[in-house]
Amino acid sequence: MAAPNRSGTLTAAKEVRLYPSRFHYEAPRTIDEACQMMAYYRDDAKVLSGGMSLIPLMKLRFASPGTIVDINNIEGLDYIEEAGGYLRIGALARNRAIVRSDLVRSRHPLMSSACPTISDPVVRNRGTLVGNCCHSDPQGDWVSVMMCLGGEIVARSVDGERVIPIEQFTTGPFSNSLQSHEIAVEARIPGSTNYGEYHKIERKVGDFATVAVGVALNIAGGSVSHCGIALTGVAPSNLKCYDAERAVMGGTLNEGTIEAAARAASAAASPRSDHRGSEEYKRTMVEVFVRRSLRAAAGIRAA
Amino acid sequence: MALDEIQIGGLGASRKRVEDARFIRGKGNYIDDFKLPGMLHMETLRAPIAHARITSLDTSKAWMTPGVHLVVTGEMAAQHNLAWMPTLSYDTQAVLVTDKVRFQGQEIACVVADDPYIAKDACEAITVEYDPLPPIVNPQQALAPGAPIIRDDKAGQTNNICYTWEVGDKENTERVFADPNLQIVSQDIYYPRTHACPIECNAIISDYNSATGKLTIYLTTQAPHIIRTAVALVAELPEHMIRVIAPDLGGGFGNKVPVYPSYVIAILASILLTRPVKWIEDKTGNLISSSFARDIYFHCDAAIRKDGKIQAVRIHADTDNGGFFSDAQPTKFKIGLFHSIFGCYDIPYGYMTAQGHYTNKAPGGVAYRCSFRITESMLFQERFMQTCAYEIGMDQAEFRRVNFVREFPHRTTFGFLLDSGDYDKCLDLGLEKIDYYGFLERQKQARSQGRLLGIGISTMSEPLGAGNSREYDIIGIKMFDSAELRVHPSGKAVLKIGSKTQGQGHETTFAQIVTHELGIPADDILVQHGDTDNTPFGMGTYASRSTPTAGAATAMVSRKVRAKAKKLAAHLLEVSEEDVEWELGRFYVRSAPNRGVTIQDCAFAAYTNMPDGLEPGLENNAYYDPPNMTWPFDVYITTVEVDPDTGEWDVLKFIGVDDCGVRINPMIVEAQLHGGLAEAFAMAYHQMITFDSQGNCIGANYMDYMIPTAWETPHFELYEVVTPSPHHPIGCKGIGECGCVGGPAAFVNAVVDAIAHLGVRNIDMPCLSSRVWEAMHYKHDVPGTPPLPGT
Amino acid sequence: MPEFRNVVVTVNEEPREAEIEPRLLLVHFLREVCGLTGTHFGCDTTSCGCCTVLFDGVPVKSCTVLGVQADGHEIITVEGLGSPSELSPVQEGFHEEHGLQCGFCTPGMMMTATAFLDENPNPTEEEIRWALSGNNCRCTGYVNIVKAVKWAAKKMATSGVSARGAAPIR
Repeated sequence: MAAPNRSGTLTAAKEVRLYPSRFHYEAPRTIDEACQMMAYYRDDAKVLSGGMSLIPLMKLRFASPGTIVDINNIEGLDYIEEAGGYLRIGALARNRAIVRSDLVRSRHPLMSSACPTISDPVVRNRGTLVGNCCHSDPQGDWVSVMMCLGGEIVARSVDGERVIPIEQFTTGPFSNSLQSHEIAVEARIPGSTNYGEYHKIERKVGDFATVAVGVALNIAGGSVSHCGIALTGVAPSNLKCYDAERAVMGGTLNEGTIEAAARAASAAASPRSDHRGSEEYKRTMVEVFVRRSLRAAAGIRAA
Repeated sequence: MALDEIQIGGLGASRKRVEDARFIRGKGNYIDDFKLPGMLHMETLRAPIAHARITSLDTSKAWMTPGVHLVVTGEMAAQHNLAWMPTLSYDTQAVLVTDKVRFQGQEIACVVADDPYIAKDACEAITVEYDPLPPIVNPQQALAPGAPIIRDDKAGQTNNICYTWEVGDKENTERVFADPNLQIVSQDIYYPRTHACPIECNAIISDYNSATGKLTIYLTTQAPHIIRTAVALVAELPEHMIRVIAPDLGGGFGNKVPVYPSYVIAILASILLTRPVKWIEDKTGNLISSSFARDIYFHCDAAIRKDGKIQAVRIHADTDNGGFFSDAQPTKFKIGLFHSIFGCYDIPYGYMTAQGHYTNKAPGGVAYRCSFRITESMLFQERFMQTCAYEIGMDQAEFRRVNFVREFPHRTTFGFLLDSGDYDKCLDLGLEKIDYYGFLERQKQARSQGRLLGIGISTMSEPLGAGNSREYDIIGIKMFDSAELRVHPSGKAVLKIGSKTQGQGHETTFAQIVTHELGIPADDILVQHGDTDNTPFGMGTYASRSTPTAGAATAMVSRKVRAKAKKLAAHLLEVSEEDVEWELGRFYVRSAPNRGVTIQDCAFAAYTNMPDGLEPGLENNAYYDPPNMTWPFDVYITTVEVDPDTGEWDVLKFIGVDDCGVRINPMIVEAQLHGGLAEAFAMAYHQMITFDSQGNCIGANYMDYMIPTAWETPHFELYEVVTPSPHHPIGCKGIGECGCVGGPAAFVNAVVDAIAHLGVRNIDMPCLSSRVWEAMHYKHDVPGTPPLPGT
Repeated sequence: MPEFRNVVVTVNEEPREAEIEPRLLLVHFLREVCGLTGTHFGCDTTSCGCCTVLFDGVPVKSCTVLGVQADGHEIITVEGLGSPSELSPVQEGFHEEHGLQCGFCTPGMMMTATAFLDENPNPTEEEIRWALSGNNCRCTGYVNIVKAVKWAAKKMATSGVSARGAAPIR
């Protein structure tokens, strides 16, 4: 991900500087060492993982942290594994690895559908899921995916570990509920889903979403046992559509429930008109994509 | 026996590029790659708002930043008489703000420091206070009663109009429009602001040597000679003591023709500090402040006969020129060569008016991959031709055909002289390759199944190779170009041209012209360009003019050299010059063809064995003043499918047929077209640099002003037709810009065609999915400047 | 006083040791400290990919990596492709198929193509276009870049040479 300039005016309005301000640099070798550093530097420090959001912000001097705690030298944080009923993604697992992971694809097809739409192939080589969630860019895609799948963030600090459900993790544009001494070390996603699709209107590879809609389902015997629907780019933050999910949960997918879900999702959205498209367009696209995904999941051919 | 011209890299050979050797090894020489001893770095502080008076400017903290050598403000520039500079359109432009900010991103101050990181730190330490003024972001606002006068610095300026211009036959045009038997079709279209945005931004190293008084300027410029003259005139420095070196350019596309304020300050700084000063523009600085292109509102009416023949056109164009009128264009023509519009159609009468407006946007009007506003005129022309075809109920290919010019030379409605062409042949080939009539059938079927297919055609001829000097000059400097050829004793040659490559491959193709004329293998010819101390005066590369002008000069100088070589051949063959015949690479005795000498033999003789009375050496130069423009003809046809739910669209197939006359290097010609067409696609598809109501530039970075990637860009399938230019020495017409000029209309026409049955006639570029969807759902034309919420 | 850190970075198989400020971007480390100017700085927003280099074999945009992050790692730049006497298949492909014009994006484009071909030596046009979609070119319209990558793939298949070609001569 790159600089948070959805409107473009952020970079335009200020004098751009593509050289970061000075900062103090730490490169811990273990997670405990990293936690101790964060306990010491607190608000003054930023954790650097993939850096694909943080470094652009620093180049533009939207962020000027006093200290960078670079966790890239910590061994064993780049895992993608199944354990304890969760798909676990370490803080240093790159998007590149997620795109290629058969395990991810077999557990949660939505993740494999969304990941290739995140930034571009070269940026994905370094960017991480956990870092993307921490950045909490309202245009970020991973938070929506996590919302669809009931994902959680594992935070570590000198005080120990705590698990934060994604809806409580993202607290607004560019803000999360991590405490200043905590480090997000893992994203965990429970169970599995057998259908998932991420629809994103972007103007080019690497663009932020004009509208993006994630849908994940678990369907067994015609009945929907899990439904996650979340939106990107059409609200101040990523938006989980509880009403839309409820419209199909526990029942079967048919034209009636699909329409109800599509309308509910559209009603939940609060998009802004901008140079990417009008409020009405974006709202309608939410409806179109929820309908498309659910129809595809139900094996219903488009009329 | 004659040489095989293709084998030795002559005309028509797809010779591999000699430039590549350095680029693929990372050994290119771009400005930022140069490191001079003692070099300092400059950064520019820009205004964050569009229209404001500066109430205070405090640079004291910047001065105190360790490693800072100089902070230049408008006040200091004024002390050196450099607060203002002339533009290419005889206007003035602020170098650094002294009175008020006229656009977001305008240069406020420059800092020179040990390295760019420190210079940025110091820029951040400058505090500026502003007293905001109401911003004007389009011509409509500029004309509104009571609008603030943006150019209150100019004596006598009482409104925001920067020029008015007209051309054509008003009286007869109005007479035709009064004919009740003719159908009148009208349309309004907006060509949005675009930016050439070469990936390498603007850059300079100014190196003033106080001991010798020599000023060496390393500059990423398309026109080094003009820059030297401009610097000499503006800075009042002796021209022979200025050397402009334009090394490898990371693209230009018109963006690297003008002089920018930071160049002036870098030069001033290097003179004041007597040290080299480097300034590398950042991407936002490039997009927000350097010359934009387009931003023209177009209205056209046509009076059309029942058989489809257009009898007259009436045009008005409003241009948004930004804070300073700095368009790059020939002096005589206030809206460039816009009036080449409808050139390929035989239209008896036409009348055109144009008006320019100052607004609080970046100045510019560069000819972005275009001969001075031609890209605009060709988009409007071809969009409007499609609308006319719909409105009179005619097939769009047939409608164009009915109006084509068929006899050459042909004087156009607005006074240009077309040189040659075979428009029907090009169109027929294009229609065949895209299976036009088959597609129309498939389109019909698809519609009945709820699928939306569209086909767009763009056919156009554009004047390339400005000028001839009678009609064309830029700030008084006549438009011609030059070449100098020196053949060394061993038959190897050096060609120096007044033009400059910006990536087109001059070092490869210009040698091929010499090869064609002299038979010296292309590999034996070194082409030099871009250094004013070592090349003859030329106007540079833009307006697809290198081949039409410097290329012609290269052919002409080769012929001069050949004429002298002939004298040497006669001497070597011991016959009179009249008895000597030429074939590629060799002179021979007419009566005894086996008795001959090669061009290399003649070269050696020029230094070792010249006849009495003949000056030694084998070299010459030529200045070529073209008798006319050259007129390539291009047909672009594309098919698209539009998603009826989302408005997203994909190109199904793209066909191009280009007649650029003789092709020097077919491989390079095709690649020039690929590049131009990709830029055309970008403008039609997603590229956007717009402004909100406060004058904030939206699109001043690659996140919003988007270069399409390999993924979005379609494949371009190309074909050729050749009608040589009758007046160019080797029959070439130029090609670099054709794709960019003619391409956009093909894409937009195809998208509009897919939904034309819903009553849609226009979608202003870029055809974002949202705009296509809105056009479909509201069945009305979608204007290109949606009102944006203020910040 | 600015903070400096000692780093040892293996650049094109040669160790480079330097004292650098942590804020120095990798692209500037390569260009200014190592004097390798083939890696270009193109945009402010991690978009264009002109600065792409291989970081432990993986393409990254070096304008968005700190120089200190490369400490102890291996970087390959365009100067590390092929050898002084021989071009790598990718370099040769770009030349043969006219896959470059102004040359500014070319080093980054070739680095991405090199890593891609080592992983997928027989790609389709669609795979090539997708793989290169993090690198922008303003000149070529990509048609010939696609051809160049295909040319390189063929060369690799017939010659058995890796995309990066022969190791540079020390």
